[in-house]
Amino acid sequence: MSLTELAADAIPADEEPSGRKIQGRSPFRLAMARLMHDKMAVASVVVLVLIILFAIGAPLFASWTGHPYGAQYPDLARDSWGLPKGPSKDFWLGADPLGRDVLVRAAYGARISLFVGIAASILATVIGVTVGVLAGYIGGAVDAILARFMDVVLSFPYLLVAIVIATTFRPHSTWLSLLLTITVIAIFSFAAMARIVRGQVISLKEKEFIEAARSLGAGRVRIMFVDILPNLVAPVTVLASLLVPTSIVFEATLSFLGVGIQPPMPSWGSMLNDADYRSSLWLLFVPGGLLLLTTLAFNLLGDGIRDAFDPRSERLITRK
Amino acid sequence: MSDVSGDVLVKVEDAYKHFPIKQGIIFKHEVARVHAVDGVNLEVRRGETLGIVGESGCGKSTLARCITGLHPLTKGRILFEGKEIGSSPDKAFRRDVQMIFQDPYGSLNPRRRVGAIIGDPFDIHGIADGAERKRRVQELMELVGLNPEHYNRFPAEFSGGQRQRIGVARALALKPKLIVCDEPVSALDVSIQAQVINLLKDLQDELGLTYIFIAHDLSVVEYVSDRVAVMYLGKITENAESEELYAKPRHPYTNALLSAASVADPDEAAKRERIILTGDVPSPIKPPSACRFHPRCPKAQPICSTEEPELIVREGDDADHLTACHFPVQLGEHLARARAGIAQESTEPTLGVSE
Amino acid sequence: MFRFIIRRLLFGILVLWLVTTSVFCLLHISPTPVEKMIAGPRASAATVALIRHNLGLDRPFLVQYWSFLKDTFTGDLGYSYVTQAKVSSIIADRLPATLWLVGGAAVLWFVGGVTTGVLSATRARSLLDRSSTGFVLLGLSIPPFLMALLLPFLFIHEIGITWFQTGQYVSPFDDPNLFLQRMILPWLGLAFMLVATYTRLTRGSMMDVLGEDYIRTARAKGLSERRVIYRHGLRAALTPIVTQFGVDIGALIGSTIVTEKVFGLQGIGQLVYNSIVKGDTPVILGVTLLTALFVVVANLIVDIGYSFLDPRVRVD
Repeated sequence: MSLTELAADAIPADEEPSGRKIQGRSPFRLAMARLMHDKMAVASVVVLVLIILFAIGAPLFASWTGHPYGAQYPDLARDSWGLPKGPSKDFWLGADPLGRDVLVRAAYGARISLFVGIAASILATVIGVTVGVLAGYIGGAVDAILARFMDVVLSFPYLLVAIVIATTFRPHSTWLSLLLTITVIAIFSFAAMARIVRGQVISLKEKEFIEAARSLGAGRVRIMFVDILPNLVAPVTVLASLLVPTSIVFEATLSFLGVGIQPPMPSWGSMLNDADYRSSLWLLFVPGGLLLLTTLAFNLLGDGIRDAFDPRSERLITRK
Repeated sequence: MSDVSGDVLVKVEDAYKHFPIKQGIIFKHEVARVHAVDGVNLEVRRGETLGIVGESGCGKSTLARCITGLHPLTKGRILFEGKEIGSSPDKAFRRDVQMIFQDPYGSLNPRRRVGAIIGDPFDIHGIADGAERKRRVQELMELVGLNPEHYNRFPAEFSGGQRQRIGVARALALKPKLIVCDEPVSALDVSIQAQVINLLKDLQDELGLTYIFIAHDLSVVEYVSDRVAVMYLGKITENAESEELYAKPRHPYTNALLSAASVADPDEAAKRERIILTGDVPSPIKPPSACRFHPRCPKAQPICSTEEPELIVREGDDADHLTACHFPVQLGEHLARARAGIAQESTEPTLGVSE
Repeated sequence: MFRFIIRRLLFGILVLWLVTTSVFCLLHISPTPVEKMIAGPRASAATVALIRHNLGLDRPFLVQYWSFLKDTFTGDLGYSYVTQAKVSSIIADRLPATLWLVGGAAVLWFVGGVTTGVLSATRARSLLDRSSTGFVLLGLSIPPFLMALLLPFLFIHEIGITWFQTGQYVSPFDDPNLFLQRMILPWLGLAFMLVATYTRLTRGSMMDVLGEDYIRTARAKGLSERRVIYRHGLRAALTPIVTQFGVDIGALIGSTIVTEKVFGLQGIGQLVYNSIVKGDTPVILGVTLLTALFVVVANLIVDIGYSFLDPRVRVD
């Protein structure tokens, strides 16, 4: 009896899963499949796609309304007292105090708000994962220093310091204000991510499969990329997806206070800044509504992603 | 010990492994150390299976990790084929020495496909890739009794026994000379244990492997091992050929362990006397003086706490039956009724560190 | 235990030092120097230089930093560049508004959040639970400044409760009625998001605790459901929430900027915002130090309190 026969013999029938489907599905694909069955998550994806289309299609709105980006209509869009006119046939969503079309500005503002929110989240995620993995994996003095550093950043009065940074470096170019805003948001968002990633890495490091890789002769870099990183995909995806709405709100707050995105570049936050909303409701409700809709959708989606990756976890919202 | 023959594959010489316990307000400094492995001498011959037994916490898993080069030694040295394993072993050593782990769930990366896990050794050592790697991996899967078609599955899709087979396949990939098995079956159901053990034995016959087999289950060790070493608190207390050790245990600790092992036959079991050990295993942070076993030993005398017994051949034993005891047990002696010649101290483990 | 407190204390001092130092450096490397902001855009170069000299800004950086550290350590926060008043007395003037704002909101969010959380945990999947989770989602999604903008609109303009006012802070000891008229909406605005956070936190913690074996034991003993939930469940579930509460109160002192700005309350949030815009360095540094102090002290109290309750955190 050859060895293979002997070994095959040793497997009882019930240990052999019926060979119905040989291709195993990766945990990531399984999670995505689960996500597609989550009605709320799918609905929020639809809403987000619409908002993204709204942002991409900003020039279209400009041409449909005939009001180019940045164009002011002080006479046409304002009444005899110089107050902006509300929604009308010409200005679908009303005008702002400078006589600009709110619809066109909101569409261009969507670009900025989404871009800043997503870019800041990506930046914060990259920094957070790098710092967290380095601290957790290298350990020792490096970890001690990085962990203290994260604790310090987390105890900063972040809004205050963010305003100081944004004011101190307030650039004269609007594009630089965009970069500055993204950087400031990332600086104060990465630490929470880094702390969680560090904890994950430390617990992964103790797993036997890491020892197995070491005993096979795998180097540190290989272990970091091949064995540790794939195990971080789930927690990092969940955290990153919840970071986007936080970053969008952060940007809106800074811009609302006048220290984020600088005029004439519109963002939903800066549109709310110069709104005298008591007489002109549309100035409050158009950017405010879009902002709320976007953060709501991102939060719901993030919640669904968390659920899809770990069906047992406590979710933000309980549904049947 | 003789070093004449080339058939000694692994030689452990006076090996120490201590883990420091650090504390401090700003700068951490060492306040105590765990004496996991504390002066071990051992030989493994080519083609044999050396069993290492002992209670949990006795340092056997640490010893295994020292032998595979996962933990650098604090003191002493380990020779593999006559060459010392340094703190960072070379690729050739990594190829020749493999390990099978205790936890079939923890030892396989849950985010990687089985094919990638078993193929890792080929990848890391640059031996085969692409289709060639796949072919070799599937050969291995067949060899350990897995369906090669399950190449693309994830560990979560396998049962505990199958996962352990994956671990075996990974260890076999590079045709190693030595495989260190760290309690390879203790996490499995009893019915599955026999399958995996038989697989390991068959592979040894077929491939001429050398095993270091660590377990706390004495009957498993008896079944697989040619020789057995008994460990207690970081030290080897007795080391002998398997049959000899089970038939004629000399160290009181070995006697106690054997008397506690379960016997399938109830009549046989009723006839046996049990040696009840008092207290728990003392803390490896502050191990007892001299003979580590003296606080729990029924035969302890004052000398046991002052002078450490050497691991040597005792009177009337075979040339390779080593015992570290001043008062080895004679055949037919009734230990359960023995009374220690010294006051037995409490062995409640305390954390040696106090504020 | 003693070591633990010492370590936390040292860390708190480190945080204070790092926060103030980094703000000090930030203000120093500003491309628009302070003297120019104070002198105004049309001032002559000579005026700017004079201001620069008078404020001691022409000294080397390290000299300025050293004198800042020395003064701060002795409790001297200096004088405002703009009003020449003592920074400590400016802050003392403004602090009551912020403390009342945070204190009132804290009561609101703690009581509101814990009550809703407990109710929805004990009636999981009920209508109340589902509407409270919808509210949580809304609360976590709506930016606090938008909430602050919406509240006066909703209550004063739409519902027409003209009793509510927006305006400057009035001490409750001078005019309790006006105090409430002006504070209730800011309290709601500040607390809204935190009510949502605490509802979620309490619900989760309560669900965990109610699943524990000792709760089953308590039920098996035949205790009334009320007693099981409030005596055994809530007590255990509250520990992490109280911890979070301490941390949040400490952190919130520094984040009332938005609420104070929207409602026109003259607290330290407004103060620091205006000082940043005007380049009033001593006031910015003073408020920064104070808010960081609140965070550090709150964390310290929480850490020490927690280590009494749960000895595990003491071991590192």
